[in-house]
Amino acid sequence: MIFLLQKTLIFTIPLLIVALAGVFAERSGIINIALDGIMIFGAFVGALGALLLRGNPFFVDHNQLTFILAMLIAAAAGGLFSLLLSFSAIKLKADQTIGGTALNMLAPAIALFIIKVFFSKDMLEMQMAPDSTGKMTDFGFVILNDDLGPVGSVFFDKAYISTFICVALFVVLSILIYKTKTGHHLRACGEHPHAAASVGINVNRMRYLGTTVSGCLAGLGGYVYIATVANGTASGAVAGMGFLALAIMIFGNWKPLGIALGSLLFGFLKCLGVIYSQISIPINGQDVYFLRDLDLPMYFYNLIPYVAVLVVLAFTSKRSRAPKAEGIPYDKSARESR
Amino acid sequence: MDNNAAAERNIRTDIPYAIEMSHITKEFPGIIANDDITLQLRRGEIHALLGENGAGKSTLMSVLFGLYQPEKGKIFKDGKEVKINNPNDANELGIGMVHQHFKLVEVFSVLDNIILGTEPTKMGFVSEKAARKRVMELSNSYGLNVDPDALVEDITVGMQQRTEILKMLYRNNNILIFDEPTAVLTPQEIAELIQIIKGLAREGKSILFISHKLTEIMEVADRCTVLRKGKYVGTVNIADTTKEELSNMMVGRDVKFVVDKEEAKPSDVVFEVDHLTVKSKIHKKNAVNDVSFKVRRGEIVCIAGIDGNGQSELVYAITGLEKPEPGSKIVLDGEDVTKKSVRYRNTHGMSHIPEDRHKHGLVLDYTLEQNTVLQRYFEKEFQKSGFIRFGRVREYSELLIDKYDIRSGMGPVTIVKNMSGGNQQKIIIGREMDREHDLLIAVQPTRGLDVGAIEFIHENIVALRDSGKAVLLVSLELEEVMNLSDRILVMYEGEIVGELDPRKTNPQELGLYMSGAKRDKAGADHAEGGERQ
Repeated sequence: MIFLLQKTLIFTIPLLIVALAGVFAERSGIINIALDGIMIFGAFVGALGALLLRGNPFFVDHNQLTFILAMLIAAAAGGLFSLLLSFSAIKLKADQTIGGTALNMLAPAIALFIIKVFFSKDMLEMQMAPDSTGKMTDFGFVILNDDLGPVGSVFFDKAYISTFICVALFVVLSILIYKTKTGHHLRACGEHPHAAASVGINVNRMRYLGTTVSGCLAGLGGYVYIATVANGTASGAVAGMGFLALAIMIFGNWKPLGIALGSLLFGFLKCLGVIYSQISIPINGQDVYFLRDLDLPMYFYNLIPYVAVLVVLAFTSKRSRAPKAEGIPYDKSARESR
Repeated sequence: MDNNAAAERNIRTDIPYAIEMSHITKEFPGIIANDDITLQLRRGEIHALLGENGAGKSTLMSVLFGLYQPEKGKIFKDGKEVKINNPNDANELGIGMVHQHFKLVEVFSVLDNIILGTEPTKMGFVSEKAARKRVMELSNSYGLNVDPDALVEDITVGMQQRTEILKMLYRNNNILIFDEPTAVLTPQEIAELIQIIKGLAREGKSILFISHKLTEIMEVADRCTVLRKGKYVGTVNIADTTKEELSNMMVGRDVKFVVDKEEAKPSDVVFEVDHLTVKSKIHKKNAVNDVSFKVRRGEIVCIAGIDGNGQSELVYAITGLEKPEPGSKIVLDGEDVTKKSVRYRNTHGMSHIPEDRHKHGLVLDYTLEQNTVLQRYFEKEFQKSGFIRFGRVREYSELLIDKYDIRSGMGPVTIVKNMSGGNQQKIIIGREMDREHDLLIAVQPTRGLDVGAIEFIHENIVALRDSGKAVLLVSLELEEVMNLSDRILVMYEGEIVGELDPRKTNPQELGLYMSGAKRDKAGADHAEGGERQ
């Protein structure tokens, strides 16, 4: 049970942070369908950063610091990459869905190209690397705490530092978007940019801000995903987590609380697909691996989260309410239609 | 009289104008939108700005707000020249505006909307306590009743407007511009608004009231500046003028306020609605409940009522936009069309001027000429083996432009989105009246239009009737109902509660029916077995 919850949390975190990334862009009025692409790009640059940092002897023995720095690098890369989207959407007034799709296609192409040309590999691996004595060892990002009670172990044993950072970020940013002046202005721009402009708010600036924050979070989420879920391999793919996060954002009605709920739900389902064979319940003092014993193909479990997305969205999208002006380029001289 | 008004309103003629726009000229490619216009607003006065659609009112206001820079002319505030480069400059000079389409964020509360952009903060967080107190004070002292915590999407249009007014007052604006403020209000709300505006003027605010409704201008304004086709016509004291003179200044000729029409000579029935029931999408009751009536050739039947009493749903069902409940029957030219498609009805004698021209009347991103053949592009005249005959379409649109005086920047190839509302409406009017039809359904055909255009449309509708067509008019404007119709059916809560003869009734009686205070016994002659309730 503890194992299941630990794993669920690990899957939940990237979804949580990337779905929040979606909220920042869309609440400012820009559809960010490029979450997946930005995740890939952030993951790739983050992994690259981590490996380069390891080239410096100091970082070889400071794994947690390396990890945090790589997160920052990934966030910065995501933010920069998202400028492509915001520039095309805001300055060039391009169709945002198409712009986002272009980013989704561009990101894996860049990542794979560089990995193949400069590393002659199919993926970047940062889980194992030589330590100061030259021996290959585990990067050791995991924080181990064996002697905690059952509740404590869920959160603090075999945990990643990114989990705490992301949860803290999520809480802080959620408060920011609802309680501060900037958050207020940002949301107004996604709902009624002309109203915002008429009281002196710079709509374009707010939209750049929203999309850039979104890019940073998605890049960060991408790195966290490969470092924690995908065994530290950056390969130009994040298994559709970006699209899953997009669906969670819609499911959560563009609100932090709904997103937290959705991330937990889908994190659980996603994790089920990976570890179903290791789930056991004790019956008569014996561990029974009931899911493994069902003898269903593993693809069945892998499928669950995506089928669940379809079902859940079919039932919830009717009452979901997207920011009213999202996807519409802001044109200050346009006649408003009613 | 003028002196009395001035004393009551506390108009200051001894100090420089609160705002003076002097000899403003603003050109756009191919058109002079403002040609040497002067507007002088005194402190504490209510100054009306009158002009037809496209006369240059909006452009002038955009200049005042810094959205456009004029080619010539100067702006003075309290006698000092000012430069207004963007809306923020205007805000800082204390100029505020209630736009025709409210600039409110629907999912924000009233209070959040009022303080948007100037939120007071404490340690970086928005602090609403002081703002709330201030808003409530303003609300009480000016009689602007609002619920600060309600979401804007949940409140009435009237309260939304009061929110907009509070937004200006919260920012300490003392020059208040109202752009067509009454277009969206009910008669009661209009009366209330006029009191509010007069109260604001008494407090020393200077008010610009943009409108083309002469009755209101006569009631509320002290002076009136008239524009026509981008040119300054003159400024008059309301006390020294008449409605007729104002409309003459605005249109450039005398305008008839009463429609000239002969006695109706109704002949055979063209259209019949039988026990029509439509479910509501908002509440549990039926939006239209067991409604039956007939329309004959050569008569104008008007459905009157306060907005939201089932008129929209009735029209949706008749035109095929919405499905009625089983048992309903709609008969056009003797044929049951209840289950026919919209196109079938269109091509078999039904013309429809829709209530919402943007939603159901036009494709806003198409050109003018494309919009004129929206229901006809597939006909032989405009199509040959699957390809549109663009030459014919062009010719036809030019014909309509000419006949219905549709004004636009680039003629047939103008994108409709960029045209003024009045001219958009004229495209629809022209298209629907020109099409082969026996029945015209006109829903608020003159909404948002100026007197010249209204007169034109009314004359056309009467001419249509005289040529033997049937007209079903749905209108919220009492004046229009009384003026135009040959027979009035009043709708209240989805039912027809009375049939009236406009020659034998008066607005007061009509109002009683419309508010549900009075009702006939189930419209005796048009619905059999009218056992209701």
